[in-house]
Amino acid sequence: MNFKHINTIMNKELRGYFNSPLAYIFITVFLVFSSWFYFRGFFLNNIATLRPFFTMLPWIFLFLIPAITMRLWAEEQKMGTIEALLTSPISEWEAVLGKFLASFSFLIISLFLSGILPVILFFVGRPDWGMILGGYLGSVLLGGAYLAIGLWISSLTNNQIVAFIFSVITVFTLFIIGQPIVLQTTPVFLTSFFKYIGMGAHFNSILRGVIDSRDILYYVSLIGLFLYFNVTSLKAGNGIASCYYEFIKTI
Amino acid sequence: MSTIRVRNLRKRYWSTEALRGISFDINQGEVVGFLGPNGAGKTTTMKILTCFMAATSGDAHVSSYDCSKESITVRQKIGYLPENNPLYADMTAFEYLRYVAELHDVSSSIILERIKDVAVDCGLSDKIHQPIGTLSKGYRQRVGLAAALVHDPEILILDEPTVGLDPNQIVEMRNLIKKLGKEKTVILCSHILAEVEATCNRIIIISEGKIVASGTPAELRGNVEGHANIRLIIRGDRQEVIKMLKKISGVRKVDSYTAKEKGAYGYDLITTKKRDLREAVTQAVFENEFKLLEIQKEVVTLEEIFNEVTKGMKTI
Repeated sequence: MNFKHINTIMNKELRGYFNSPLAYIFITVFLVFSSWFYFRGFFLNNIATLRPFFTMLPWIFLFLIPAITMRLWAEEQKMGTIEALLTSPISEWEAVLGKFLASFSFLIISLFLSGILPVILFFVGRPDWGMILGGYLGSVLLGGAYLAIGLWISSLTNNQIVAFIFSVITVFTLFIIGQPIVLQTTPVFLTSFFKYIGMGAHFNSILRGVIDSRDILYYVSLIGLFLYFNVTSLKAGNGIASCYYEFIKTI
Repeated sequence: MSTIRVRNLRKRYWSTEALRGISFDINQGEVVGFLGPNGAGKTTTMKILTCFMAATSGDAHVSSYDCSKESITVRQKIGYLPENNPLYADMTAFEYLRYVAELHDVSSSIILERIKDVAVDCGLSDKIHQPIGTLSKGYRQRVGLAAALVHDPEILILDEPTVGLDPNQIVEMRNLIKKLGKEKTVILCSHILAEVEATCNRIIIISEGKIVASGTPAELRGNVEGHANIRLIIRGDRQEVIKMLKKISGVRKVDSYTAKEKGAYGYDLITTKKRDLREAVTQAVFENEFKLLEIQKEVVTLEEIFNEVTKGMKTI
């Protein structure tokens, strides 16, 4: 693993975000929507807490994060630049980590900018700092998992829109699967399993301010798993894309 | 020891067989042209050599490193200009070259110097700070070539480097390739025969996933010169001349037609393989006291060789 390579790819992708309007649109939409929904309830509740902000984040992320990751591999495959990238003397892990860390940094930058909300809270009341920090940690981990999933799906197609839609579907499924509404209708022997693999339950438990190493481990391994999938899909390279293509053609 | 050694390489895509067992060697310092119709398997071969994808079976070695097992080492030795020259449109040429150089482990102390050198070599210096998306096709091609050269590779693989360039740019590109061929091993993929002939000292013709011919341009000509013609214009009685020409050993067939010159006829001699009959023909003409107005040996063009071997009419 050569960190210089990872760093080079990460810098290139980050610069790519900020060279295009996407970054500014994303940050604006994210901040406007999250503050709008937050402040709608804020004066009604009259409680200095960020909890509504964090409980809403998974749903905002559901649409915004696939938008961050959709182009990362799909565009390279469409333009053919992936050929130049993967014939450089770098390993697949370096390429995947470089892209992941770029999108991850972008997410952290966006979350950092939303830090204006707790600052406002601090002026108007006495918020619980532990909960806010826990909420940010949970958001970073949840966002990271969304990014890893979206990045993997982007590597399976050369169409950004397809990548976006499939990422939303996959992330939604994995998030909802551990929620009570799904658990009520699943067979009993599956409930504990669903509860464990669902992203929502782990997020809620971090939100409560209880930082359990199991939840952190869950997110870290989820990220690792999808990055690993990403590496394997790159290794299969043209093979996998042409397999899908032929498969679709034969249908 | 050859720089590139390929043995019985096969590649299957889902249902089609792109490569059906090709083997070749390329020695250090050679400039080899890979020639074939579109879809013959040139690009597939190059993608396997550059470790972009794995072969279904067979093996490929670059500087005695295995492409499938020691791919990182192989990739360090190769500079690659992929088909259609993919580039990031939003980066400037300079940013792109630096990005490529960093990925190829060019040490940071010489990185600027290397970029400057390749930019000068490729005639890119005046546009180096422009976004690639705003550059003309010719300049983009130079950026692609500069990126393939920036880490000073031993081997250069160029897949259709002149597609879409105007005639002047094509000549420039060819001269550049010739210059590079003096120091490096170069593989040039193309379906343009003149290009390969102008730049390469060896040609491998590939068709439908198989090598159908290989050799220097001269060797290839020699192989196909079965129908090598001699064109003659002789003044004299048509039937007599045909009779005389047919007597010469090595003549397979004589065609005749009326020539512009009064009382003269044109004749096309088709000779058996690898025979030069010009002396025998002139001798016979003088002995029979006809008047020889014109004699010309037809040189087989690479186009004819190419047509012949890729149509499957003849496998050499």
